[in-house]
Amino acid sequence: MTATAEPEIGKARLRKEDARLITGQTTWTDNLQLHGMLHMAVLRSPVAHARITGIDVSRATSMPGVAVVLTGEDFAAEQGSLPCAWPITEDMKSPPAPAMAVAQVNFAGEAVALVIADSAYHAADALEAIDIDYDELPVVLDMEEALRDNDLVHPDLGTNKCATWIFDSAEAGVGTNVEDEIASAEVVIERTFKQQRLIPAFMEPRSVVVDTTAGMFTVWSATQIPHILRWMLSAVTGISEHKLRVIAPDVGGGFGGKLQVTPEELLCLLVARRMGRPVKWTESRTESMLSAHHGRDQVQKITLSARRDGTVTGLKVELLADMGAYLRLVTPGVPILGAFMFNSIYKFAAYRFVCTNVFTNKVPTDAYRGAGRPEATFAIERMMDELAVELGVEPMKIREMNWIRHEEFPFDTVAGLTYDSGNYEAATARAMELFGYEEMREEQARRRSSGDVVQLGIGISTYTEMCGLAPSRVLGALRYAAGGWETASIRMLPTGKVEVITGTSPHGQGHETVWSQIVADKLGVPFDDVEVLHGDTATSHKGMDSYGSRSLAVGGTALVYAADKVLAKARTLAAHMMECDEVDVEFASGSFSVRGTSTVRSLGDVVLAAHVAHDLPEGMEPGMDADATFDPDNFSFPHGTHLCATEVDTETGMVRISRYVAVDDVGTVMNPLIVDGQVHGGLAQGIAQALYEEATHDEMGTLTSATLADYLVPCAADLPAFLTDRTTTPATSNPLGAKGVGEAGTIASTPAVVNSVLDALRHLGVRDIEMPMSPERVWTALQGRPDPGSGDVTAGGLGSIDAQGGQS
Amino acid sequence: MIPAEFKYMFPSTVDEAVRMLAEEGEDAKVIAGGQSLVPVLRMRLAAPTALIDIGGLTELTGVRDDGDSLLIGAMTTHYEVQRDHLVQDHALLLRLVTDTIADPQIRHRGTFGGSLCHADPAGDLLAPVLALDAVMIIAGPSGRREVPAAEFFVDYFTTALAPDEILLDVRVPKYTGWGAHYEKLNRVAQAWSIVAVAAAVQVRDGAISAARVGLTNVGSGPLRATEVEAALVGQQASAEAISEAALRASSGDGYKDNLARVLTGRALTAAVAG
Repeated sequence: MTATAEPEIGKARLRKEDARLITGQTTWTDNLQLHGMLHMAVLRSPVAHARITGIDVSRATSMPGVAVVLTGEDFAAEQGSLPCAWPITEDMKSPPAPAMAVAQVNFAGEAVALVIADSAYHAADALEAIDIDYDELPVVLDMEEALRDNDLVHPDLGTNKCATWIFDSAEAGVGTNVEDEIASAEVVIERTFKQQRLIPAFMEPRSVVVDTTAGMFTVWSATQIPHILRWMLSAVTGISEHKLRVIAPDVGGGFGGKLQVTPEELLCLLVARRMGRPVKWTESRTESMLSAHHGRDQVQKITLSARRDGTVTGLKVELLADMGAYLRLVTPGVPILGAFMFNSIYKFAAYRFVCTNVFTNKVPTDAYRGAGRPEATFAIERMMDELAVELGVEPMKIREMNWIRHEEFPFDTVAGLTYDSGNYEAATARAMELFGYEEMREEQARRRSSGDVVQLGIGISTYTEMCGLAPSRVLGALRYAAGGWETASIRMLPTGKVEVITGTSPHGQGHETVWSQIVADKLGVPFDDVEVLHGDTATSHKGMDSYGSRSLAVGGTALVYAADKVLAKARTLAAHMMECDEVDVEFASGSFSVRGTSTVRSLGDVVLAAHVAHDLPEGMEPGMDADATFDPDNFSFPHGTHLCATEVDTETGMVRISRYVAVDDVGTVMNPLIVDGQVHGGLAQGIAQALYEEATHDEMGTLTSATLADYLVPCAADLPAFLTDRTTTPATSNPLGAKGVGEAGTIASTPAVVNSVLDALRHLGVRDIEMPMSPERVWTALQGRPDPGSGDVTAGGLGSIDAQGGQS
Repeated sequence: MIPAEFKYMFPSTVDEAVRMLAEEGEDAKVIAGGQSLVPVLRMRLAAPTALIDIGGLTELTGVRDDGDSLLIGAMTTHYEVQRDHLVQDHALLLRLVTDTIADPQIRHRGTFGGSLCHADPAGDLLAPVLALDAVMIIAGPSGRREVPAAEFFVDYFTTALAPDEILLDVRVPKYTGWGAHYEKLNRVAQAWSIVAVAAAVQVRDGAISAARVGLTNVGSGPLRATEVEAALVGQQASAEAISEAALRASSGDGYKDNLARVLTGRALTAAVAG
C-alpha cells in the first residue's frame, strides 16, 4: 500500500462525485424505470381556504391509461397525519396534517386528488378532467390579522395562534432583566423588520418511486433525510420499519427544502401498497413552488438598549413566525433555532426572546438554509447599524466596542450557549484590508459631496452562527423528538480498499470527497482507494442525515473515531504479527513498524491477516471493520466579517454589488475548494433574499411567484466576483476542529447587502427599505413615498402569458 | 415537460405550412424556436391541437440585402442576428438589443420572428422594430401581404397576424451610420425588462438630423416616443437637448414613467456617443 505523500486534509481536491453528476451518469430518482411502474399525478387546490363540497372523478377515471383516481376520502382511514417532530411547547396547537385534503383545503397547492396512470402524460391529462366544487372560506394571510382570530385557518383549534415560546436571560439565570435594562437605558432603539417568505428552489425537483416487490417497501426519494424518512413513514403508516427501505440516490440540492416528510412520499407509498405495483411521482417546478415547504416569513420587532457611549445593554426580540397552514417536520422549531443567535457576538447583559407562531392559509414553512439564524443575524446586524447611526459612531467601531474579545473565549452568552472559540478581531482586520475599507469610505464621501447619481454604500455583517446540530441532550431539552448524533462505519476490504458508510446524506455538499480525504489521512491509504456509501438505509442503517451544517462536525467526527478503532485493532494485530509489544508499534503513512527496528507491516498486510484469520491473537474477532457514533457536547460556532459595497442608482433604484468580501472562520478546513464553493453558493442565496427573491400571494392566497420567471433566483451573471478568505480558530468541540460552512454565507450576507444599500441612501433621507430591495422599492423610498409592496410593475414573463400566446 | 396532446406537423415549404394552418383551424399553432411557446405548453396555459414546426423552412432563415432595406428571415435565430454583418452595418440597434435577450441558450434557439409574433410587451425586439419603421411580410391562404410594425402590434400578446398566416420576413430600412443604444433595466439576467428604451440617432455636423425612439414594456405593446423624436431633430447633440427631449418620454409620476424618462436620456446619450 502506498503512503500518501502530503496530507489530504486541507488539500483543494476536485470533487470525486462531480464527473458523474455533471455528465448525468448517475441515478436521479426520476431516472428510475421499474417494470410495470405506474405514474402518479397530483391535483392541487387552486383556492387557499375552502370546504370541498363535491368531487366528480368519473370523467377522469375513464380516460386513456388511467388505472385509478383517488381522493382524500379514499385515504382518510389510512393516511394518518404527517409528522411534526418538534412540539416546541407543551400546549402547542397542532392540527391534523393529512397528506391529502379530505373535507377542507387550507392552502392553495394542497393535494386534493390523485390520478394513477400508465404514463405521466396520461396522468397529467386526466387531472384536468376531475371536477371539484369548493365552498370558499375567508382567507387568512397576514399574521397580525390572523392573531385577531376573526377568521380561523383551523376552526377546531379555536385560534390561529400555534404556540408562544419564550427565553428570558433573567429567568434562565444567565443575564439581567431586559425590561430593567430598557427602563434605565440612555438610548433605546425599536425597529420592526420583515423577513419575507422565500422558496428553497433546489435544482432537482422532488421525485419519489416506491417498489413493493420482494416483500419489502423500497422508497427512493430526492430527500435530505432517508433515515428520518424511514422512521417517520413507518410511524405514520404502521408498515414495520424493517420492511421499509429508503434510498436517497444522488440528490440535486435541498437547502433544507428536502428536510421533510412530504405528503407525496406518503401518498406514493400508500398507492403502491394499494396497487401492488411500483409508483412514481415527479413534480414540475411550479408544483414544487406551490407545495414544497417555504422558508423565513417572520415579522421581527426588536428593542435594543444601550449606553450613550455605545455599550449595548439589553435586547428584546418579539417575533411573529408564519407556520403556514400545517406544522411539517420541524416547522415550529425553525424560529426557535434563531432564539440563541440574536445576541450574536455582542455582550448584552440582558436578553429576552418571545416568539409567537401563527397559522395562515399558506404553504407550510420549514427549514431553509440557515433556518432561524439568518433571521436573527439580519435583525441584530441591522440594529447595530441603527445604533451606530443614532449615536453617530462608525458602524464597525460600534461592533468592536461590544463584541467578545478573542481572549474571552470560551464565552458564556446571554442566550445560554458557550461559544468555544473565535477571533472576531482577526477576521475583521483581514476583511477590512481586503475590502480597502478606508479607501471605500473616502470614495463614498466623494460621491456624496458631488451628488453623484450613483451613490456608494458600505455594509457590514459581523456574524456568528451555530452549527453541528446537535448535542442530543440539548435537543431533548428543546422538546425535539430525535437526537443529534451521527454515525460512521469503516469496512476494510481484503485487498486493502476501504468502504466508508456514513449516516449523513449529501445532496451536493461533496461528502464523498471530504470523507475520503479524512480516511486517507487517518489510515494512510490513497484517496482513490476510499469509496463512500450513503443514503441507503440498507447499507447505512442509522444516521441523522444532513442539514444544519452538521455533517462534517458531527458525521466527520464519527468517521475519525471509526478510523481510530480500525487503527487500534490493527495495531494489536500488527504487534502480534511482528512479535513485539504493542507499545513498541508505531504507525505512520499507512505502515506499522517496530520502534527502533526495520520490521514493517503495511496496514494492507494487517487487514488481510485479519480477514483470513489464520493467526489472530487470542480472543480477536476476524475482520477489521469498525463503527462509531458521535454525540457532540456542544454546537460549533463559525463566525466572520462580511463587507459589501453597493452602487445604488438613485434615478432608477437599481442596486449593483460592486465589491463583496467574505472572511469566514469555519474552523479547520478539510478542503478549501469545497469551502469556497459553499461560501459562494451561500452568498448567492443570502444576496438573493436582500435583492431578488420573494414568495408573493394575491389577496385570495394564490402564489403569484410560482415560476422561475416570477421568482427571481439570481445567476452568476447577477453576482459580483466574491473575494473570500479565512481566518482559523479550530472548534474545540470536535477532533477535526471543524465548525461547519454550509449556511454561513447565507446567514452573513443578507444584512451586509441591506446595510450597504441603506448606508448609500441615508443621507438622502431613506431609513429603511423592505426586502427584497427591488429597484422600484428603492426608488420609491427615495421619493419619500410609502413602500409599494412587491407589486406587479416588474411583471413580464410567464405570469402574464395567457392561452392566446402567438407564434413563438 | 408534460403538455397536453397535440399533433406534430413538419412542413417543408411555406405554402405547405399555410395549407396546414388552414386545415388544422384556429387551434393549431406555429412553433418556431419554441422559447416562449414551449413554456406555455409545459404549464398547459395553452393546448393547441396541432403544432406546425416551421424549423424546416430554411428560406426563412438569414439576413438578406434588399437595396434600401434588409430582409430578416423570421426564423433567423437571435444568435445569427447578433453575428450578422448586414445587421451590424445597417441596423446596429437590432444587434445591440439582441445582445441583451435572455441567455446564450435561448439566443441559439429563439428566433427574430418568433419574438415579434409572440408580442410580449416586455419582449425586447418589439420596440426597436417599431421605432425602425420595419414592415412585416406575411403569407396566408390568399397570398402575401405587408403590414407596417405600427399596425402589427395590436395588444398584449396580440398581433395583426390571422390564425392562418405566417410571418416570413421583416423588412428593416437601412440605418447605415446611425448611432444606437438599447438601455434595459431588468432585475436579474434572465428577467424581462421592467422598462427598456431603444434609440437610434443620426448626427450630422454635431446636430441630430433624425431620431428613432421605442419604449419596451411601458404599455400593452411597444410604444414609439414620437414627441421625444420630434424634440430632438434639428437640435445640437448636446446633453441639454437630450435631457429636455427625454422628459417627453412620459408625463406620469409613477415608477415606470420615471424609468421611461431616465432610460430614454441614457439611451440617447449613448446612441449619440456611439
